[in-house]
Amino acid sequence: MVNLGFSIGDLHFKNPVLTASGTFGYGSEFEDFFDISKLGGIIVKGTTLEPREGNPYPRMAETPSGMLNAVGLQNKGIDYFEKVIYPKISLYDTNVLLNVNGSCIDDYVAISERANFLEKIPAIELNISCPNVKKGGMIFGTNLSSAREVTRAVRSVCKKKLIVKLSPNVTNIVDFARIVEQEGADSISLINTLLGMSVDIKKMKPALSTITGGLSGPAVKPVAIRMVWQVSQAVKIPVIGIGGIMTADDALEFLLAGASAVQIGTASFINPLSSVQIVDGIENYLNEKGFSDISEIVGYINRKA
Amino acid sequence: MAKRIEDLKVIENKRLTNDFFILKLLSGSKLPDLKPGQFAQVKVEGSSETFLRRPISIHDVDFELNTFKLLVQEVGKGTKTLSKLEKGSLLNLIYPLGNSFSLPDKNEHILLVGGGCGVAPLLYLGKYLKSNGYTPDVLLGFRNSERILEYEEYLKIGEVFLTTEDGSSGETGYVTNHSVLLSRRFDRVYCCGPDSMMKAIARYCNKNNVACEVSLENLMACGIGACLCCVVDTISGHRCTCTDGPVFNIKELKW
Repeated sequence: MVNLGFSIGDLHFKNPVLTASGTFGYGSEFEDFFDISKLGGIIVKGTTLEPREGNPYPRMAETPSGMLNAVGLQNKGIDYFEKVIYPKISLYDTNVLLNVNGSCIDDYVAISERANFLEKIPAIELNISCPNVKKGGMIFGTNLSSAREVTRAVRSVCKKKLIVKLSPNVTNIVDFARIVEQEGADSISLINTLLGMSVDIKKMKPALSTITGGLSGPAVKPVAIRMVWQVSQAVKIPVIGIGGIMTADDALEFLLAGASAVQIGTASFINPLSSVQIVDGIENYLNEKGFSDISEIVGYINRKA
Repeated sequence: MAKRIEDLKVIENKRLTNDFFILKLLSGSKLPDLKPGQFAQVKVEGSSETFLRRPISIHDVDFELNTFKLLVQEVGKGTKTLSKLEKGSLLNLIYPLGNSFSLPDKNEHILLVGGGCGVAPLLYLGKYLKSNGYTPDVLLGFRNSERILEYEEYLKIGEVFLTTEDGSSGETGYVTNHSVLLSRRFDRVYCCGPDSMMKAIARYCNKNNVACEVSLENLMACGIGACLCCVVDTISGHRCTCTDGPVFNIKELKW
């Protein structure tokens, strides 16, 4: 029997596979396909204080080995989440994490305070890296002093485990990782989408209504692995790898490079079963390689012989 | 009604015109309840440029033989790959997805309006209506006579009216120019085709106080309501074409 579990402080996850925010709805969208409780955790759609409509259509464009999106945090707000979603989603036998967003620091703080009262939510993921909103989002995640300020403010009120989701759209992501660790983050997740753009040559205009959007899918995977490798060596807190993971082999690359866990995003759009299949694939790999605990392979490539 | 992921066997790949073809698929088990207007998310193998599934509407269903058809237009690399599928190969689908056309009231005079690839969901809808005792009229528009799709099939549903843009068959012009819209009174219209056509039909229906449902074809990634990419602007805000649609009453849309 292989141990697949990992922990952020005293918060235990049954396995290292979570679903990335904005790619798994609220879990119920996938219930027809598999038992959600088999996952290490699910991170729900990015939530804001107030309901948001997101950006105008078109807000998606297919790209080679990936896609651009500019959804822009469409969600029904924290009140709706508390009243309608939370009672259902807290029934899953897995860790349900809230992805929190805001236009300003006060918003982030207010929503984090609300999350304190949600007993079945053991951790929040602070999204300072959404590239598709005019205010907030990536603005916090691409400026060192803003990243420090928002993490500090949320940490001061947040009674849950705090994961900070980093943007890859920076010169040196390690600087951001170190700062959020200093400010008390319990874990770091990376990467959010890479800022990209696509042009519709038939219509002779940008493919997205917002012109630019966030690139995800296998196209970003090598960039994500490189950043996970850099960050995991620079911080002591667990790193959660995200970026173009489609299969267990992809997830294993992240783990070997230093991630303690992974999030599955875009893959769920194409194969709704991918996350649960990745759990099984990681277990098979450990068995075949003769490891008894997932922690034995985390950062394996960095170990001295 | 549960969605499923399944490898279906291609038992026929029939070329209709230069750019249209029909895939007939066989399920290894009993078909789920497939409703008119619903669609499937079709996986295209073997190309990094067709990363996402392709949403394609259910064209015709045979519950006894557990087969159904997809009418596909070759528009890009993904659909080109599908057009080359050989008999006996497997195709991975997520289905059935989306809502469906709502049933008319009894004794209503119904018109089905389709343009180009938009005729796809109307065949199954028409057959479904016919088997439930309705006799819908059908109005189809194509660019020219060479691009007419499945004319004989629609004749089985009811009276068929045609337009072509160049006048090579039926009346000349767009579906909205057809004289039947003036000569007959309809209670309900079901429409699928290019956005510009559906908007023109919606204007006709609003003006003449005719109930109307349209089937939208927005770009989508997941097809199951998770990515929120395929939204349409409605009177109740952004709604997903994949789960709240693809069929919308025109009164809900901000057209």
